[in-house]
Amino acid sequence: MILETAANFKEVINRPIKKVPSLRDITIANVFFENSTRTRLSFELAEKRLSADVINFSSSNSSVKKGESLVDTVNNILSMKVDMVVMRHSSPGAPHFLSRNVNANIVNAGDGTHEHPTQALLDSFSIQEKLGDLAGKKVAIIGDILHSRVALSNIFCLKKLGAEVMVCGPITLLPKHIESLGVKVELDVKKALQWCDVANVLRIQLERQQIKYFPSLREYSLYYGINKKLLEQLDKEIVIMHPGPINRGVELASDVADSEHSIILEQVQNGVAVRMAVLYLLAGSRN
Amino acid sequence: MQKRLVLDQQQIGIILRRFCHQLIENHDNFENTVLLGLQPRGSILMDHLAPILEEISGVKVPFGYLDATFHRDDFRRRDFPLKANETKINFLVEGKKVILVDDVLYKGRSVRAAMDAMIAFGRPQKVELMVLVDRKLTRDYPIMPDYYGIRVNTLDSQYVVVEWANQGQTENAVWITEKVKS
Repeated sequence: MILETAANFKEVINRPIKKVPSLRDITIANVFFENSTRTRLSFELAEKRLSADVINFSSSNSSVKKGESLVDTVNNILSMKVDMVVMRHSSPGAPHFLSRNVNANIVNAGDGTHEHPTQALLDSFSIQEKLGDLAGKKVAIIGDILHSRVALSNIFCLKKLGAEVMVCGPITLLPKHIESLGVKVELDVKKALQWCDVANVLRIQLERQQIKYFPSLREYSLYYGINKKLLEQLDKEIVIMHPGPINRGVELASDVADSEHSIILEQVQNGVAVRMAVLYLLAGSRN
Repeated sequence: MQKRLVLDQQQIGIILRRFCHQLIENHDNFENTVLLGLQPRGSILMDHLAPILEEISGVKVPFGYLDATFHRDDFRRRDFPLKANETKINFLVEGKKVILVDDVLYKGRSVRAAMDAMIAFGRPQKVELMVLVDRKLTRDYPIMPDYYGIRVNTLDSQYVVVEWANQGQTENAVWITEKVKS
């Protein structure tokens, strides 16, 4: 349902007039307790394309710094007659906690190392658009699985849609018991690339790493970085994805990121359509 | 359930051919005219109309499918959001004469939403409305069709159902049925 609606919105955002009036009587607050470029812009654009009123909030210049609690902050925002909240937070489960404690629709735009549902939806939408039905497709998620909310949401979403999922990365960056989610685990990036139809490459999240999980970025890049040479060794063509931001030369070489195999920029465009669909469907019913 | 036949296969065939002749009368060689079928059911009517129009006039009139779901005024007033359909228009309507095609005209709200949606594709020179069935005295908006197949008296407690042979029915037909009370 979300992906079908997203396809309709993708047509809308490619029109000469890219706006529809669906959410014109709705106000949405984008509450970002953690840095973000793509997701925040993407949500804001999606909201504006749906004609919603938008307010933006980032924790760095707010009263959160003065010690206000999360529920209080959001309740204050809601008392200004805001209908929905899009939230990013560095603590896993924060949006879930909030949705139980305040009376409004909360959209999770990423919570710490836990989940990032709209990213998973847009990744699935992008694969579907490129390769057709997801059932039976093989998707390898490569890189820092341990700290990645994109990985977890992608696993749930892709498996639900019938795809096979493999995770690949240094053993220190793979969560223990990850195979209990029904995914394959591979340590050798070449084997992973050979197996998959789509490689979703993730960034090394140095900001979340308090200890060293591998000797150096250079060494990581040497063993797990994906470059053109590596792709040319494969006997098939695969699709390369990345949720951004890319660390060029670390997990992905420029000659791959900018190649015809990469659908990274399509992912960004699809992000707006998918988020429009999520907001539209959430706001659409009477209560 | 009570069911009353309003138009049968033959009558619908006659109406479609009449529509074509009326269009030729008003639009001459269709130089600057486009057809827009309103999704989902107006598009089916248009798919039936377009080949007959081409056969009679000898002109291939450009046509598209317009979905007005995101422009409807009953958003948030239903229990579930309406599912959208595909909009497929590969031309701009700027300066064009547009004929909106729908199967049943009831409250006029869909047509209002469709005109709203259409504006995203430019400013048309003129807009006309063609419907197979015009339900008399039921309008919420001041909207009247330029071309209609049949005008019927109906109650709010009734549906007008248009069936098409290529949509899983045996024959083209228009019925009036009673709404099932829940």
